[in-house]
Amino acid sequence: MSQKKTLFEKIWKNHLVAQPAGRSPILYIDLHLVHEVTSPQAFDGLRDAGRKVRQPARTVATVDHNIPTEPRGTPITDLIAAKQIAALQSNCKEFGIRLFDMDSPDQGIVHVIGPELGLTQPGMTIVCGDSHTSTHGAFGALAFGIGTSEVEHVLATQCLAQQTPKTMKIDVRGRLADGVTAKDLALGIIGQIGTDGATGHVIEYAGPAVRALSMEGRMTLCNMSIEAGARAGMVAPDETTIAYVKGKRFAPKDLEWDKAVANWRSLPSDDGATFDKVVEIDGAQLCPFVTWGTNPGMVAPVTGRVPEVKGLQEGDRRATELALQYMGLEPGKKIEDIGIDRVFIGSCTNSRIEDLRAAARVAKGHHVSSKVRAMVVPGSQTVKRAAEQEGLHRIFQDAGFEWRESGCSMCLGMNPDILQPGERCASTSNRNFEGRQGRGGRTHLVSPMMAAAAAIAGHFTDIRNWKFQ
Amino acid sequence: MKPFTVHRGRVAPLDRVNVDTDQIIPKQFLKRIERTGFGQFVFYDWRFGADGKKNPDFVLHEPRYQGASILVAGKNFGCGSSREHAVWALADFGFRAVISSSFADIFANNSTKNGFLAVRLHEGEVAQLMRRAQESDDYRLTIDLEQCEVRDEQGFRAKFSVDEFIRHCLLNGLDDIGLTLQHEAEIAAYETLHPAPATLKAS
Repeated sequence: MSQKKTLFEKIWKNHLVAQPAGRSPILYIDLHLVHEVTSPQAFDGLRDAGRKVRQPARTVATVDHNIPTEPRGTPITDLIAAKQIAALQSNCKEFGIRLFDMDSPDQGIVHVIGPELGLTQPGMTIVCGDSHTSTHGAFGALAFGIGTSEVEHVLATQCLAQQTPKTMKIDVRGRLADGVTAKDLALGIIGQIGTDGATGHVIEYAGPAVRALSMEGRMTLCNMSIEAGARAGMVAPDETTIAYVKGKRFAPKDLEWDKAVANWRSLPSDDGATFDKVVEIDGAQLCPFVTWGTNPGMVAPVTGRVPEVKGLQEGDRRATELALQYMGLEPGKKIEDIGIDRVFIGSCTNSRIEDLRAAARVAKGHHVSSKVRAMVVPGSQTVKRAAEQEGLHRIFQDAGFEWRESGCSMCLGMNPDILQPGERCASTSNRNFEGRQGRGGRTHLVSPMMAAAAAIAGHFTDIRNWKFQ
Repeated sequence: MKPFTVHRGRVAPLDRVNVDTDQIIPKQFLKRIERTGFGQFVFYDWRFGADGKKNPDFVLHEPRYQGASILVAGKNFGCGSSREHAVWALADFGFRAVISSSFADIFANNSTKNGFLAVRLHEGEVAQLMRRAQESDDYRLTIDLEQCEVRDEQGFRAKFSVDEFIRHCLLNGLDDIGLTLQHEAEIAAYETLHPAPATLKAS
């Protein structure tokens, strides 16, 4: 009798190249995504060792992390950033790698363009020198972030030696209420299990609330897996997945498509397959969340308060005190009373067309508070064009939001989009670490709807009570 | 890669949990295309004020921790971004190892590629080392990868575990690309069965 397997176990097994005795298994990598920040030293390593890129066709590059979001053609004034971008351009040329460059109509955040070009497909192994590679797991792929040494390893061998991770199932029962999004689900999960709750594990998200998510929602959810410490996050492919991939530029065609779909349908975890850990979440109980601290696990319902410090155990108390001190918040303050200075709608977590539609629906007919500077940064040129075709940019601009070019932007502030010291930002990104969006900047993570509503109100407000116009 | 066998050195305590890689090496320093020279930027926002002046209160600036080569830190060290620059910065600053009760996966992985040791001990043991480093001058530890043991001269002794293959690579300073390429025949066989998709080949 065949053993019952999880989605992860099936993909893992399909990609085992060798299992040398006493060593980590060697895994084949189907798709390697490359960007400017974590690759230059890897290419140098190849050159030093006289190695080539083994599979240029399976390697795809774009520039996203440090490019400005000013209109394209504006010169890059940061010379070190310009040098790094130039290094990627010359490395791609030298090693024969496809590059979606600054001026490409397909440029965008690496985790946005992979799926929208159909590069990301169910059953694949996908890596990138970026921790949010977990995003691609939304398609039922095994996708994880790696460091630069491993980038070099994959460039040279198209393989990685990997210790076998453990498996975790997060079963989300019920359905999410109106105004409660995939982002809130992700924040709710991290708030419950902690930022190291899934360390060493690959998460499979399952249950009716996950099934009901669009591909954009699943990408948001899988994207944040790393914030719970997970090696990867995944959702089994289904009809939603197949419909999304169909017709995309790099998706299989004709007979290959039929073969691929048959294979994808065999990937979901077998009934009765076992996981090392199972977590159950009641999706119906979740609400819109806002982070109050300096990691994504420090989260409260929008109707809640900044936590009290007294009564906490020594370790938690110190961490909470440090976080509140950095964030400039008093214990017990109502989340809805926290005023903001900036709003950022964007990042590989929440910059896809559905995210922008949701934010625009909130913004329509309103105006950004006079105290707030708000920007919308589409995830890719494709998202930007689609949004403009639908007139979303007009809604944002009429409401006083800046409409910018695609890139990682203020998620990590490697480009000129940064917070000033002390500025407080409602952000749809993924990390509220100290200084993440600019030294001294204070980041609160929220969904796109909650960010848009905060921009207009000037403070956090419960989207479930919003007056849509 | 520089081998790691036995290292004895001064210990600095960083009594914080969830130290993320954004703290270890802030983003403005990731634009460099070299692999070296990141040490000057390690823990930059904690070590230096917004005006660029040294923050004398930060633990690594205390005279008794100068020259420390072993860092003891709270749980979930190295969480967040995959930036290997974090390990490069710690190593370039002079650290050979970090001791914590848990590490983020990618950070731990990156460490092994740089002859840098992420040593996992029990929470109680880490707390004990933290206290000793805080309470004494010139507190030193020996990290022995051959015996998988951390010890001091006052009788502290704790075992740690490392994946056997990773330990082998670290002890011998092996480049694991070379090791994977020993499986060229298997990789080639896999690629014959699984060629790159036609859609990717056409440009």
